[in-house]
Amino acid sequence: MRRVVITGMGTVNALGQDAGTTMAALAAGRPAIAPLEIRDAARLSIRIGAGVRDWNADARFSPAELSLYDRATQFALTAGAEAMAGAGLGRAATPDIRAGVVLGTAGGGLQSAEESYRTVFEAGRDRVHPFTVPRLMHNAATSALSIRWGLGGPSFTVATACASSNHAIGLAFQMVRAGAADLMLAGGADAMLSFAGIKAWEGLRVLSPDGCRPFCATRNGMVMGEGAAVFVLEARDRALARGAGILAEIAGFGMTSDAADMVLPNPEGAAAAMRAALDDAGLSPRDIGHINAHGTGTAANDRSEASAIHAVFGEGPPVTATKSLHGHCIGAAGAVELVACILALRDGVIAPVAGHVAADPDIGLDLVTGHARKAGVGALLSNAFAFGGLNAVLALRQG
Amino acid sequence: MDVAAIVTAILARQAVRDPATLRPGMRLDDLGIDSLGRVEVVFAIEEQFDLSVPFNANTPDAGGFDLTSVGSVIAAVEALLGEGRG
Repeated sequence: MRRVVITGMGTVNALGQDAGTTMAALAAGRPAIAPLEIRDAARLSIRIGAGVRDWNADARFSPAELSLYDRATQFALTAGAEAMAGAGLGRAATPDIRAGVVLGTAGGGLQSAEESYRTVFEAGRDRVHPFTVPRLMHNAATSALSIRWGLGGPSFTVATACASSNHAIGLAFQMVRAGAADLMLAGGADAMLSFAGIKAWEGLRVLSPDGCRPFCATRNGMVMGEGAAVFVLEARDRALARGAGILAEIAGFGMTSDAADMVLPNPEGAAAAMRAALDDAGLSPRDIGHINAHGTGTAANDRSEASAIHAVFGEGPPVTATKSLHGHCIGAAGAVELVACILALRDGVIAPVAGHVAADPDIGLDLVTGHARKAGVGALLSNAFAFGGLNAVLALRQG
Repeated sequence: MDVAAIVTAILARQAVRDPATLRPGMRLDDLGIDSLGRVEVVFAIEEQFDLSVPFNANTPDAGGFDLTSVGSVIAAVEALLGEGRG
């Protein structure tokens, strides 16, 4: 089977509107969590989030494009353009059936749906924007990337809540490895920082009113973010042949399902996914120099995830949880966190968990807190564990 | 109400042009208003005039609402408004 490498990356998230700015903020451990500036924020009980600030859509897209692109699609297209440019690739003259797109999303065009509901239910009008359907459909961002870059091969969207991106990247990896495609754009996009999006999460009572402190004794919930990250995955031999720069190699992918509870995580399912990723990569636990945890800052996830890491690794390698910096990007989470993984593999910089105040005796992990840690990381795992008990773990190594 | 001016403004916004440059004989095709653009034009006309335009993108010619040219759109809107008043 073929080896698969990452040759381009792009992102838009609260830390920055490109990968370089994001990596600098990750390395500095500078959280982007702030008071929300959205419509009807005064009616929310949770009023903080990691929003993309000063997003100038008018400068990036034409009016005709904007009428078709939800905020999530705008993020995905911007990240995709950065990834393609970084990989030294352009638009295919005719659709390339050996190249495709797999993105993850949880909310799709949620804000477009919300806007249409406001129109008919709140304003009492009898018509909505004519492109409500192509804006809100979950495959909108995937299709927009396919159209923009002439990618005519397998393209689809994966929706597995907070694990969507890792599932998307993992499936794209499997397709390139197996020879079903030579090049894939993969990642995720979500823009759920809207009144309805936050209201829904408020209902679950898992959001923190004051900050995201994963694995900390004082943790009291997650903080929602938004954004996208998109990567160019290609067969290593092809990347080498064209002289492309290699950011990292995707070595393996493991996915399991807890088959237990809709919202409560199960450490056995998480541990099984990590073992599956290691087995798939041909790596042993001692090869892993770092784990980018799912680390949401909820009481349940962090306790379960720490238990799963101990079950697989014993004491375990250095762990970070960058949701404390860029918030929980939901369907884009694993993709945005892959930027932090590349920072660790390529630059030897493990971004810190922000806001850590006190160790939780139930956690017992080697947490990177306060400041970034310099460490030679040869290989790592990136965890994503979704509501519904769906687990997706990527194994990466230096490219 | 200057129906012609309002319709011209809607079409000009869709074509990203100065309304003063539009003439009744200009075709929507030549203004770069494609099938998606026409759906947006119909939406804008319905919103602006509080009308229901008989337009189905599957059968664009069947409703009798002629989206061929600037002049034909103006005439079609005027006809619908006339029916409403009648």
